[in-house]
Amino acid sequence: MPPAVLRSPKPKATRRQRNRTLWFWVFVGPFAVGLALFTYVPLGWSVVLSFFDAHNTVTPRDFAGLGNYRRILSDPEFRSSLTTFAVFSAIIVPATFALSLALALAVNRLRWAQAFFRSVFFLPTACSYVVAALVWKMSIFNGVRFGLANTVLGWFGAEPVAWLATTHPPWYWLVIGTVRLWLQTGFYMILFLAGLQRIPVRLYEAAALDGARPGWQTFRYITFPALRATSVAVALLLVINAFQAFDEFFNLLSDARGYPPYARPPLVYLYYTALGQGQDLGLGSAGAVVLALVIAVVTVVQARWSGLGRKEE
Amino acid sequence: MPASRESRENPVHDALVRAGRALRLTLLIALAALFLVPFYLLLRNGLASESDITAPDWTFFPRALHWSNVRELFDDPNVPMAHALLNSTLIAVATTAGTLVLASLAGYGLARIPYRHANAVFYAILGTLMVPAAVTFVPSFVLVSSLGWVSTLRGLIVPTLFSAFACFVFRQYFLGFPRELEDAAQVDGLGYWRTYWRVVVPNSRPVFAAVGTIVFIGAWNAFLWPLVIGQDRDAWTVQVALSTLNNAQTVNLHELFVAAAVSIVPLLVVFLFLQRYIVAGVERSGIDD
Repeated sequence: MPPAVLRSPKPKATRRQRNRTLWFWVFVGPFAVGLALFTYVPLGWSVVLSFFDAHNTVTPRDFAGLGNYRRILSDPEFRSSLTTFAVFSAIIVPATFALSLALALAVNRLRWAQAFFRSVFFLPTACSYVVAALVWKMSIFNGVRFGLANTVLGWFGAEPVAWLATTHPPWYWLVIGTVRLWLQTGFYMILFLAGLQRIPVRLYEAAALDGARPGWQTFRYITFPALRATSVAVALLLVINAFQAFDEFFNLLSDARGYPPYARPPLVYLYYTALGQGQDLGLGSAGAVVLALVIAVVTVVQARWSGLGRKEE
Repeated sequence: MPASRESRENPVHDALVRAGRALRLTLLIALAALFLVPFYLLLRNGLASESDITAPDWTFFPRALHWSNVRELFDDPNVPMAHALLNSTLIAVATTAGTLVLASLAGYGLARIPYRHANAVFYAILGTLMVPAAVTFVPSFVLVSSLGWVSTLRGLIVPTLFSAFACFVFRQYFLGFPRELEDAAQVDGLGYWRTYWRVVVPNSRPVFAAVGTIVFIGAWNAFLWPLVIGQDRDAWTVQVALSTLNNAQTVNLHELFVAAAVSIVPLLVVFLFLQRYIVAGVERSGIDD
């Protein structure tokens, strides 16, 4: 079509532009519309619904103003669910961070069988929380008669422990924490391994010339600072994922009789409030909005505090 | 400089280094064994007899293996295992295929088709990554139930097809795709559509494999959404079936364990064959860049 350019370049350019806009929407449109429909619309609907009384119905009927918010914020169960999250993330975030970093460092320095060890630690990522919770609840930490943990304790002459039912001391945290640790450590190890491989070798050579001893000194002054971007991302992902914990709590603690009053994280609370017996969708929506705000605040504070986006030197 | 030369010639230091290496390796082997124990227990209990699982004198190895447990599981009319496996397969395959098509098209459009508001659209998509999916489950349930999609495959599949994460990975990948190939295609007179399908897609198999594997594993293991939407027994996925049976405790333990073991077989196959793509995909996703 070069002749067209020669004759009239201007209309041609706008036609091309319109053509591009059309093609842009052919490519992006279906995805964007679906995302809007199934993310933005529910969010908006949820905000609207949170100001209404809505039991067993998804259509707002009686305006409740801030009533739902007042109710949920004064509900001791909702507040204890936020405490549960705080305890849970105080355990699981540092534990996963430390273990996945340690594994990445150890696996990275292996001269042989590196792929084997990487696969073994990564393999649990393919397992679901439902299956893992089953193994933990019915096999490893089984309460009284049988189970791996109590069998091992028995070798040392200790009495069997009712792991999930003991609140003083809170042994149930050990069960809940180890499931998630087993399932997610391998994934974060891969992230750290990717970060380690990007550190230029010349940094270590320069450090050796300056007399830094391999081991702790090299880690403290070279490796860890070079991993800063990865570390910040891992910490953020860990906290966000901890907020969304549902599967292992639900599958470890609930049974035919219901859910025990302790260790009820926010999502489990919302699940029972909005979709349980009461079907209080107005209150559930208010809870979802509060939870979204809490997550947003925590994420922003954490990102600020750790300096996300600041460039590495 | 003196320190490093000294350490190379110092036999005591050498011995320490070797001891450290041995200790590290021993720890790694012990941890690796620990990480494999849950898989072993799944298999052990799945193939053991009921009395072997619940015996007061629990042993690490079962007294006998019962391969008939697998047939018993599929013959039990109280456990809709075959149907749940079918549902999970349909959902995981449809979600993976749909996500790959939708997200790769959007990612390509965002990366390569010049449009004035492309950045605004990109940030609107990226913004949803900040909204944790789990926070929207109550409002999404509201939407899906008002569409009348509760307990349908539509309700289980369609809302999960629009993954901002997948779109983001594709966009980043296509930004780095060599332009020369596309220029050659356009010189040959191919438009965006045909350039995409004939040149870009065939040359991007690794990223499709990486995103596809991650999406498939996520869809197969998903629990909260299938629990909320798949309320009828006919709409149970494998995960919901396992969870319901586990909580009901009317089923035999060995059946529950063999069901759980069966449920992870498809994933282990996918995982072992495509692991390097997952690793590449994670490294490429740019979350730490």
